[in-house]
Amino acid sequence: MKNNKISEISKTAWDRVIIARKTERPKSLDYINEIFNNFIELHGDRSFGDDKSIIAGIAELNGIPVTVIGEQKGKSAKENIERNFGMPNPEGYRKALRLMKQAEKFNRPIITFIDTPGAYPGMEAEERGQGEAIARNLFEMSRLKVPTISIVIGEGSSGGALAIGVTDKIIMLENSIYSILSPEGFASILYKDSSKSQEAAENMKITAKELKKLGIIDGIIKEPEEGAQEEFENICKNLKNMLLKNIKELSKLSKEELTKQRYEKYRNIGGIL
Amino acid sequence: MLVIDKIRKVNKEQQTEKNEKASDMLVGKWVKCTNCKEILYKEDVKNNFSICPNCGKYFRISARRRIKHIIDENTFEEIDKDMKTSDMLNFDGYKDKIKSLQEKTNIQEAIQIGTGKINGEKVAIGVMDSNFFMGSMGSVVGEKICRLVEIAIKDRLPVILFCVSGGARMQEGMISLMQMAKTAAAIAKLDEAGLLYISVLTDPTTGGVTASFASLGDIILAEPGALIGFAGPRVIEQTIKQKLPDGFQSSEFLLQHGFIDKIVERKDMKQTLYNIVKLHK
Repeated sequence: MKNNKISEISKTAWDRVIIARKTERPKSLDYINEIFNNFIELHGDRSFGDDKSIIAGIAELNGIPVTVIGEQKGKSAKENIERNFGMPNPEGYRKALRLMKQAEKFNRPIITFIDTPGAYPGMEAEERGQGEAIARNLFEMSRLKVPTISIVIGEGSSGGALAIGVTDKIIMLENSIYSILSPEGFASILYKDSSKSQEAAENMKITAKELKKLGIIDGIIKEPEEGAQEEFENICKNLKNMLLKNIKELSKLSKEELTKQRYEKYRNIGGIL
Repeated sequence: MLVIDKIRKVNKEQQTEKNEKASDMLVGKWVKCTNCKEILYKEDVKNNFSICPNCGKYFRISARRRIKHIIDENTFEEIDKDMKTSDMLNFDGYKDKIKSLQEKTNIQEAIQIGTGKINGEKVAIGVMDSNFFMGSMGSVVGEKICRLVEIAIKDRLPVILFCVSGGARMQEGMISLMQMAKTAAAIAKLDEAGLLYISVLTDPTTGGVTASFASLGDIILAEPGALIGFAGPRVIEQTIKQKLPDGFQSSEFLLQHGFIDKIVERKDMKQTLYNIVKLHK
């Protein structure tokens, strides 16, 4: 126990980057299957196609109907190709938005799982309006009239993560990261040297603890030394409790109070003199 | 080729590059077009809305000049001119960089906001400036856009935002990323208040700005030939491992793909904005 504590303290941001990206780290579907009952996956954006890097559907959380959305990475090379390594295209974000609006109609809380290296930077993604798709999600999520909670379970990178993350509460797993872009990308832009990504990871403030201190996230789920795969059931139990507690509290608010509180949350992020 | 020839060739190339750089910096009254390389009389360029009189290339312009083009003389009232970032991440070298940019450019941040009149019609306007940190969005840009929107809601004014940006400001990390949510939420408020928002995309509009307020206009205009996209061309080329076709992510490309309403020439921008504003009174 004592040993655990010491190494926990000495974990660098880069150590967490490595844990957050591990192939064996549980993915969105693992959490969905463990935490929710009767999950029914729903497909398509009703405009272009179905993006397999975003899983979405309806389920029960302790008997409460909810809408669940998650960015899905693969657990093998084959699955990763199928899931585009968890990098959504515009139709993925539009599917997510379609189901969020549906959740609003039926007054269901929305829970999203964030795990992506970023929105896919491909030619077709640009042709179909990647920027517009992300912008539209931020805009609409900011005023949804149902409780919303996001959980960063692995890698939360750039606008591609935020596009399903403008929620009432943001929770992070202890070894997950949330950043403006990958430490490698950051290092190559700012230090003109992608090999300085470890240094970048430290300076970027991307760990759960640092982001809680900055007031950006609301809660942290503890993980064992090697990461969430070690005591997966226990982590899911804690996460489920945190979700239930937050949904209960958020459900007490009127729709006006809820959206006002969410607006204020984001309105107040920033540091100016 | 002999080694000595190679060295000569490299030297020659370096020399040419130097000469080009020197001519780029022609002091005083002359300037060289970055597109057609023609040497131009500065005053001619200025009088031509900062467009090359020879090839029609649009030069990037400062927020100050943009406001002169769009807003009636002596009607612009700037808001929060001196707002500065508090550098929440305490990022190494950031404060110094800000200071040196402020001295060099004589502007305080990457956006100017305020109220002013277009042919007598009062509007709330924000104009980004690529001379400051490539128009990147950190705390100040996010906060100023929110304040502008709040003023517009209070005074029932239409909002016009001229966008030019490389994206989110790296040095403010997650705080910058969250400005995307913050500005998009502000635009949603404006939407609920039933007020008009026109975004004007200019060269370049990319990254977190494209993926937030720039793409949320009730009406989205663009200048001809601007680079507009989410991922930058270099990142896309690295992903797909091939060169992008000419004109990819240009204003014309976006119009063709249905993401902007209209391409408007710089000389017609003021009148076009006026016409749109007038229709929403």
